[in-house]
Amino acid sequence: MSAHADNHAHDDHGHHHKETFVTKYIFSQDHKMIAKQYLITGTIMGVIGVLMSMMFRMQIAWPEEPNVLFEALLGKWAPDGVMDADIYLALVTIHGTIMVFFVLTAGLSGTFSNLLIPLQIGARDMASGFLNMVSYWLFFVSSVIMVISLFVEAGPAAAGWTIYPPLSALPMAQGGSGMGMTLWLVSMAIFIASSLLGSLNYIVTVINLRTKGMSMTRLPLTIWAFFVTAIIGVVSFPVLLSAALLLIMDRSFGTSFFLSDIFIQGEVLHYQGGSPVLFEHLFWFLGHPEVYIVILPAMGLVSEIMASNSRKPIFGYRAMIASILAIAFLSTIVWGHHMFISGMNPFLGSVFTFTTLLIAIPSAVKAFNWITTLWKGNLQLNPAMLFSIGFVSTFITGGLTGIILGDSALDINVHDTYFVVAHFHLVMGISALYGMFAGIYHWYPRMFGRMLNKNLGYIHFWVTAVCAYGVFFPMHFIGMAGLPRRYYTNSNFPLFDDLANVNVIITIFALVGGVVQIVYLYNFFGSIFYGKKSVQNPWKSTTLEWTAPVEHMHGNWPGEIPHVHRWAYDYSKPGHDVDFVPQNIPLKDGEEELQH
Amino acid sequence: MTALLTIIVLVFILVAIWQMVKIFDLAQAKNENVIAGVATDKDNTLNGYLMMGFLAFIYIITIVSFVKWGDLPLMSNSASEHGPTIDNLMVISMAIIFFVQTITQFLLHYFAYKYRGEKGKKALFFADNNKLEAIWTIIPVIVLAGLIIYGLSTWINIMGVDESDDPLIVELYAQQFNWKARYGGADNTLGKANVRLIDIDRANILGLDESDPNAQDDIITTELHLPVGRPVLFKMRSQDVLHSAYMPHFRAQMNCVPGMITQFGFTPTVTTAEMRETPQMVEKVQNINNIRVENSKKLVAKGEDPLERYEFDYLLLCNKICGKSHYNMQMKIVVETQEEYDAWIAEQKEFKNSLVN
Repeated sequence: MSAHADNHAHDDHGHHHKETFVTKYIFSQDHKMIAKQYLITGTIMGVIGVLMSMMFRMQIAWPEEPNVLFEALLGKWAPDGVMDADIYLALVTIHGTIMVFFVLTAGLSGTFSNLLIPLQIGARDMASGFLNMVSYWLFFVSSVIMVISLFVEAGPAAAGWTIYPPLSALPMAQGGSGMGMTLWLVSMAIFIASSLLGSLNYIVTVINLRTKGMSMTRLPLTIWAFFVTAIIGVVSFPVLLSAALLLIMDRSFGTSFFLSDIFIQGEVLHYQGGSPVLFEHLFWFLGHPEVYIVILPAMGLVSEIMASNSRKPIFGYRAMIASILAIAFLSTIVWGHHMFISGMNPFLGSVFTFTTLLIAIPSAVKAFNWITTLWKGNLQLNPAMLFSIGFVSTFITGGLTGIILGDSALDINVHDTYFVVAHFHLVMGISALYGMFAGIYHWYPRMFGRMLNKNLGYIHFWVTAVCAYGVFFPMHFIGMAGLPRRYYTNSNFPLFDDLANVNVIITIFALVGGVVQIVYLYNFFGSIFYGKKSVQNPWKSTTLEWTAPVEHMHGNWPGEIPHVHRWAYDYSKPGHDVDFVPQNIPLKDGEEELQH
Repeated sequence: MTALLTIIVLVFILVAIWQMVKIFDLAQAKNENVIAGVATDKDNTLNGYLMMGFLAFIYIITIVSFVKWGDLPLMSNSASEHGPTIDNLMVISMAIIFFVQTITQFLLHYFAYKYRGEKGKKALFFADNNKLEAIWTIIPVIVLAGLIIYGLSTWINIMGVDESDDPLIVELYAQQFNWKARYGGADNTLGKANVRLIDIDRANILGLDESDPNAQDDIITTELHLPVGRPVLFKMRSQDVLHSAYMPHFRAQMNCVPGMITQFGFTPTVTTAEMRETPQMVEKVQNINNIRVENSKKLVAKGEDPLERYEFDYLLLCNKICGKSHYNMQMKIVVETQEEYDAWIAEQKEFKNSLVN
C-alpha cells in the first residue's frame, strides 16, 4: 500500500497536467478533495436540517398560525400557510436524521478524518483512494435519496428519527410510512455502506501508513479520536443495517420480526410473534454508540485546537487516550438507557443505569483536562479556539443532565420530554457542531489555502453561543414540567398553557441562531475565492499537516515524507526559543522526550 | 406574520453586521505585522472580556430560569406514594449538577479571560500531573457510586410490584389516538383478550374473549378513576403502534407495546379535589387562567368563542410518537375516595351487557 502511495508522489508531476476537471473535482481519489466534498455536501444538508428546525420551532411557538414561509416552502403541506400535523412530524424526523447522520457523522467525521489522517500521520494518501472515493459517492447518493424522499406524494418519513415500528412499518398508521419510509431506509442502507467503507479505510490507514517515528503514543489526539470512532462505527453500524433490512422485510415481504397482534383501521393484520422491543434493541445498539461517533471526533479536534491555541501541551495526553478508549468501550454497553420504560425487564434497566453512569467518569476526566490545558496558557483566542471553549461549556452543561436521564428511576418522569431534547442537543448536537466549526475555522487554510475572516468568525461564535443557551437552557424546564416532545401543538388542552411563553422565547433564540449562520456561510463560501492567502503554518502548530505546502498536491509532500521525532504537543517547551517545536524537528542534544 | 417580520429584521441586522465587519477589516489592513485571520492581542483582550461576559450570561440565564420557571417543574407536589422518593433523588441530582456546573463553567471562562494571549508571554509547560488526575477521577467515582446506589434502590422499589397487597388491576388500552381503561370487575381479574378477537359489529372493541368467565364482568371506560390510597397495577396494551402511558403527576410512565403486555404499579395518594386545593396548584391554575383570559380577548376580537375556564385534572398523556394526532391523545384521570369510586364504578356497564347482538 505504501509503495503505491509513494509512486503517486514520484510521478506527481507527470500526472498533474493530465488531470481533468472530472478526476480532480468530481471523481477524485485525493483525500483532501474528498474531505472538501464531504464538507460541502454536509453543509448543504445542514442548511436543510436547520431550516426545518426553524420551521417547526415557529409552529411550536405560534401554533397553527398562518405563516408565509410555510406556504412558500411546504406547499400542499401548509394549506393557507398553516402547517399540517403530519408534516410537522416529518420535519422533526428528517431534521434529526439529517443532523445526526448527514451533518454530524458524514459531514464532521468524513471531512476531518479524510483531511487529517493522512496529513497528520505523514502518509501520501488514504490506504485506498478508490474506496475513499466510493465512500463519498455512496454518501452523496444517500443524501440525494434522502432529499428526494421529501417530495413523495404521501410525505417523507415521519416516525421520528428512531423509526420505531409498527409506526414506521405500516403505511396505514401514518402517511410518511409509505414511500417516504422506503426511501429513508434505502438512503440509510447506502449511508451505512458509505460509512463502513470510510471507517475501514481510516482504521487501515492509521495502522499501516504512519510515517517513520510516528508511534501510536506520538499521534495527535485528533487521530486517536478518528481511529477509535472508526472502530465504533465498524462494530455498531452493521447492526443498524440489519435492523433496517429486517424492517424492509417486515414492510415489503410480510415477515414478522418486529410486528405482532395488530389491529388497525378496522382489520387485523397477519403479523404474529415479532416484537417492536427487538427493534429498539437493534436500533440503539447503533443509536447510542452513534452519539459517540458524533462527539469523539469533535473531542479530538477540540483537544488539538486547544493545545495549539493555548500554546501548551494538552494536559494528560495518556489520560485523554485512555478516556477515549473507555468511552468507546462503555458506549457499546449502555444502549438500554433509551429503553428503561420500553417494557424491558426492570433488572436489565438496573444494569444499564450502572454502565451509563460510569460514562460520566471518563467524561469528567476529559472536561477537567481541557480546563487544565487552559490554565497558565497564552491563549490565542482565534475563532477556532472560541468554538473549542464553547464546546467544553456546552459539553459540561449538557453532559451533567445525563446523570438524571441515565438514572432509570428519574428517567421515568422525564423520558421523551423536552428535558431529553435539551440534554442531547447540548451534549452532542451543539457540542459536536461547535467541534465541527472549530475544525473548519482551524483547518480552513489547510483545505482552501486561504484564511476565513476572523471578525465574521467572532460574530458567528458569540451570537451562536448566546442563542444555543437561549434555546436549550429553558427547554430543560418545560421538560421537567412534563411537556412531551414531538407534540404538534401544546395548546390543545390547557395543562401546558403556562409554558407557551417559554416556547416563544426559545423560538426567537432559535430563529436568531439559525439566521446568523448566514454570516458563517457567507464567510465560508466567500473566502474560498476572496479570502486572504494563507501562510504555511498560520497557527504555529506542531503537527505534520502544517509542514506540507499550502498548494494542494497529490502525495501531500514534495520529496520525502517528514519523519517524526517527538510527540504532537511540544508547545512552550523549556529550552527552545520558539513556543512550538514541530513533530519533524529532531530532539536537540541532551533534550529528553517527555515521558507523558 | 410575526415570524416573517422577525426574519426580515434579522436579515437587516445581518447586513448591518456585514458592513461593520468591512469597516473593521479596513481599519486592520494597515497594520502590517498582523497575519490576516489570526488573533491579535487586541482580539485576545476583547474576547477574553467577552468570555467573562458570557460566564455572567450563563449564570443569569440559570438564575432567571430557576426563578421564572423553577416552579413549573414537577419536582414537588407529586400525587403518588413513590413520587417523593423520585423527587428527592431529582433534587439531590440537581443540586450536584448545579454545584459542578457553577464551578466548572467559572474555571473554564475565567481561565479563558485570565490567560488571554499577549505577545511575548510564554505559557507554562505543564503536561501531566498524576495526583490531579487521580483526584478528578476518584471524586466523580464516589459521587456516582452514591447516585447509582440511591437510584437503583429507588428504581427497584418502584418497579417491583407486590401482588400480595391486593392491587386494583386496571388495563390501559392504547390505540390511535385515544385511551381506554378496563377494570376487572368484582373479581378484580381481567378477562383474556387479543386484538384478533376484536369485533366492531358486536362492540367488542378491545378484543375480549367472550367465552372467558373472567371477562364477563370487565368494565371498559374512557376515563380513568382510581380510589385514593389503594395500590393500582396497570397492565398496558396497544392495538396498533407504540404508545406510552405517561402520568407525570404520579411520576409514572410505561410504553404500550403491540403484541405484549407491559405493567407499572403505583399508589395514588392525593385525590383530584385535594390536589386542586394545594397552594402550588392554585397558583398554577390561576396563572393559566390569566393567560387564557388574555388569549380569549384576542379570540373574541376575531369573532371566535372565548376559551373556557381551566380547572385542574390529572391527565394520562401519550408520550411515544404514534402518528398524526399524537399531540391530542390523552385521558382524564380522577383520583377519588373509595366511596366515590364505588359509586362511579357501579354506574358503568359490564362487558357482557355492553355487547351488541
